[in-house]
Amino acid sequence: MISDSNKKLAQWVMDFAQKNGCQAAKVSLYSGSNSSFELRDTKIDKLQQASENSLNLTLFVDGRYGSISTNRLDKKELESFIVNGIESTRYLAEDKYRMLPDSSRYYKGGKPDLQLLDPKFDSVQPDDKVALAKAIAEEVYGSDKRIISVESSYSDGVDFRYMLTSNGFEGETQSSWYSLSASVSMRGEGEARPSSYWYESSLYFDKLIKEGIGHKALERVLRKLGQEKVKSGKYTMVVDPLNSSRLVSPLLQALYGSALQQKNSFMLNKLGEKIGGEKLTLIDEPHLLQSSGARYFDNEGVATHRMPVFEGGVLKTYFIDTYNAKKMNVDPTISQPSLLVMQMGGKGLDGLIAAVDRGILITGFNGGNCNSSTGDFSYGIEGFLIEDGKLTIPVSEMNVTGNMINLWSSLVETGNDPRLSSSWRIPSLVFDGVDFSGL
Amino acid sequence: MLGSVATPSILHASLSGPHDLSGVSSALKHFGVSEEDIKKVLSAALEKGGDYADLFFEHTFNNYVGLQDGAVNRCNSNIDFGVGIRVLAGDQSGYAYVENVTIDEMLKAARTAARIATSGKAKSPVNLTVKSIKKNYYSIKTAWEEIILKDKMPFLQRLNDKVFALDKRVNKVSASLTDTTSHILFCNSEGVMYYDYRPMVTFGAVCIMEENGKIENGYAARAYRMGFEFLTDDIVDLIAQEAVAKTSILFKAVKPKGGEMPVVMGAGGSGILLHEAIGHAFEADFNRKNVSIFSSQLNKKVCSEHINVVDDGTIPFNRGSVNIDDEGTEGQKTYIVKDGVLTSYLHDRISAKHYGIASTGNGRRESFRNTPIPRMRATYMEAGNLKEEEIIASVKKGIFVDQFTNGQVQIGAGDFTFFVKSGYLIEDGKLTQPIKDINIIGNGPKALADITMVADNDKIDNGTWTCGKDGQSCPVTCGMPSALVSKLTVGGEN
Repeated sequence: MISDSNKKLAQWVMDFAQKNGCQAAKVSLYSGSNSSFELRDTKIDKLQQASENSLNLTLFVDGRYGSISTNRLDKKELESFIVNGIESTRYLAEDKYRMLPDSSRYYKGGKPDLQLLDPKFDSVQPDDKVALAKAIAEEVYGSDKRIISVESSYSDGVDFRYMLTSNGFEGETQSSWYSLSASVSMRGEGEARPSSYWYESSLYFDKLIKEGIGHKALERVLRKLGQEKVKSGKYTMVVDPLNSSRLVSPLLQALYGSALQQKNSFMLNKLGEKIGGEKLTLIDEPHLLQSSGARYFDNEGVATHRMPVFEGGVLKTYFIDTYNAKKMNVDPTISQPSLLVMQMGGKGLDGLIAAVDRGILITGFNGGNCNSSTGDFSYGIEGFLIEDGKLTIPVSEMNVTGNMINLWSSLVETGNDPRLSSSWRIPSLVFDGVDFSGL
Repeated sequence: MLGSVATPSILHASLSGPHDLSGVSSALKHFGVSEEDIKKVLSAALEKGGDYADLFFEHTFNNYVGLQDGAVNRCNSNIDFGVGIRVLAGDQSGYAYVENVTIDEMLKAARTAARIATSGKAKSPVNLTVKSIKKNYYSIKTAWEEIILKDKMPFLQRLNDKVFALDKRVNKVSASLTDTTSHILFCNSEGVMYYDYRPMVTFGAVCIMEENGKIENGYAARAYRMGFEFLTDDIVDLIAQEAVAKTSILFKAVKPKGGEMPVVMGAGGSGILLHEAIGHAFEADFNRKNVSIFSSQLNKKVCSEHINVVDDGTIPFNRGSVNIDDEGTEGQKTYIVKDGVLTSYLHDRISAKHYGIASTGNGRRESFRNTPIPRMRATYMEAGNLKEEEIIASVKKGIFVDQFTNGQVQIGAGDFTFFVKSGYLIEDGKLTQPIKDINIIGNGPKALADITMVADNDKIDNGTWTCGKDGQSCPVTCGMPSALVSKLTVGGEN
């Protein structure tokens, strides 16, 4: 947790900055620790452990805006760093749109604990952590003579944050996380050594799924042996829940005030318009207990609320922070979403695949990008050809290409299978008529 | 010294600066440690039976200043400080780091890292000897620490004004200048101790243009290990012209029809093909674990005998250059493909020991928070003897590509990709219609073997290339002469 002495230090930083020329300021403190244990072929390969602290100070000086950050929390060093930061900020051009949020928008406290910190965190012993990573590797190590290597790892961490603003906000967050992962490399055709992975994560040690991870990684590599390219053309595209958020990301990036204000967004002037298919309903649900991503306030201290982002394909909100709202002369919303939940359909991945005549299931993206101004995208992929509702040929070395707005308007189904441990709960997705290039 | 965020007084009190390459004694003073302390910590690190231990002290100053909507109106400065302690036991490693560099904290971290070893036979480190850096590939004239924000601002303003002046369609410009100065003190249980002063600067602009309601964006930047002398009117002009050229071509560009076709890689940034298709797969950690598609290819012919590929840490002022890597090996130039034969992997200390050879100086880390692993530096292909025009003229139907944003690779399967921001169709041996925003995918060994023509126009691209691996970012560059890959899969519409 953030110690009382560090909270006092944050208050001292605030006072010192204001005495030395800041009219307004924000101080954020971070404190965290983490450990990781990586095993290769069931034997420990690397262990790592550390804890760290840092301080971030946002300066509003004579209508100008700057910031400093450091992991040196010594008062004497901070004094000169702050004074220098203020001096530098004074050289800048004025920016009349820079200010702290109106204090009426701050989270005022009083809501129940979001339960993001596992009280058990400090009691899990290093030997037990290693044993967990060893057990998932042993699930498969030596079980198939084509296996070249099994890598497995356990990692965990805690994260504590404290924030103070000169116009009355004070807030604190705490969270823990645990993760177990396995990766299996196999001898493939010729010199190829295909590999695949699986992982589980959780905020709570007792809720972390600790078994079956090695099996899942092996199963995922076995089924893709013999990958090939198939013919270029339009296919129905199914994306599994491990990869579906990759397609949501450019859509959300285009909703930020920073992109809109710079006219660098393909979602410019689209508020209230139908962007996606009927099945595109995406809600920001910031207050779900024991859930990754949950929070009562954003990085400005502004209170979070349940907020539809898309409903029935219609764009309901942008993410506009205080600065960009002033610049664009619109009302601010929130600086970024917290915990995104996409409305689910009735079927799992297998059920979705069974309904496809001719399509491609994507089980991994490989590079690619999206043009933030136009929404044009092109990504490398691997996965499976779907014929008459069945996975037939494992495919790789192909690209999928299109435009984000066209793509989302061709969304026809969503699955019932999002990864609940993720702060973006995006299920399997099905899109019609997508361009693939291969042979 | 008021006004310079990058100049905490502590630094001037102790460090003698960039011109003193041996600077070990002032660095020790700066980090508040003595040789005795270091020996104590190294001993603690080896008390469980580790073979080797090292300490990586780092003090980094990073300054950003940005322009948006016509005004230089934002800045940030960051200080990062700490020491990473590593213990090796065979191929295994233990690692811990501390930000609060006191003897007690370091001993605690050393004992955490020491747990990787189990033999129990404690070793004591040898006496420390200072290794002075033989060649400095990034000696500077004016340290960023001596420059105040006010001196940097006019260059951003000029860049903005120049971009606007070049084209009426320019709507928005964001410009940024970031300088970083790292002080590194390294010591290991073999007695090596050195100090390295590492400058870095990146300067660039995003340009947004509008034409008949259509919007496009383009980015141009330069990055070097240089001091303030990097900033000139010439560099401003170069970046401005490039940003406008890269953006304006997009209004005329279309997505090509996708599929397999010949691809002519233009000189410069096309080095991304080498970085992704072979560079990563040559990193020796993957090969010692036998999980790279090139794991059995050492000393074998992998492509045309006219091809030489180098990974080089010795190019003056290059973003990827290293005087000495992050585990005590001198920066060097390594041929990874010579006359078509795979001649060397890229080694760190662990992999070099595994193969029983000397490290190639590729052991690099993002910061004191990370263990060193094999990383590329400047990866490029040497010149061939053809002319670029001859290569283009040889292609009946294909594409020419020369602007890129990012790439990726699967080390074991060999599939690699890179994203093409813009290029041209080739029809009957001539560049015709501009194209944009497509991904290209291929397979490393096949693509390498399919490089059939190489031009004489070799060129390093000095953009802001940053490579990601195992969660660590590392500055690199890449380069290539124009070359023909006879077949790659190009994204597009059908």
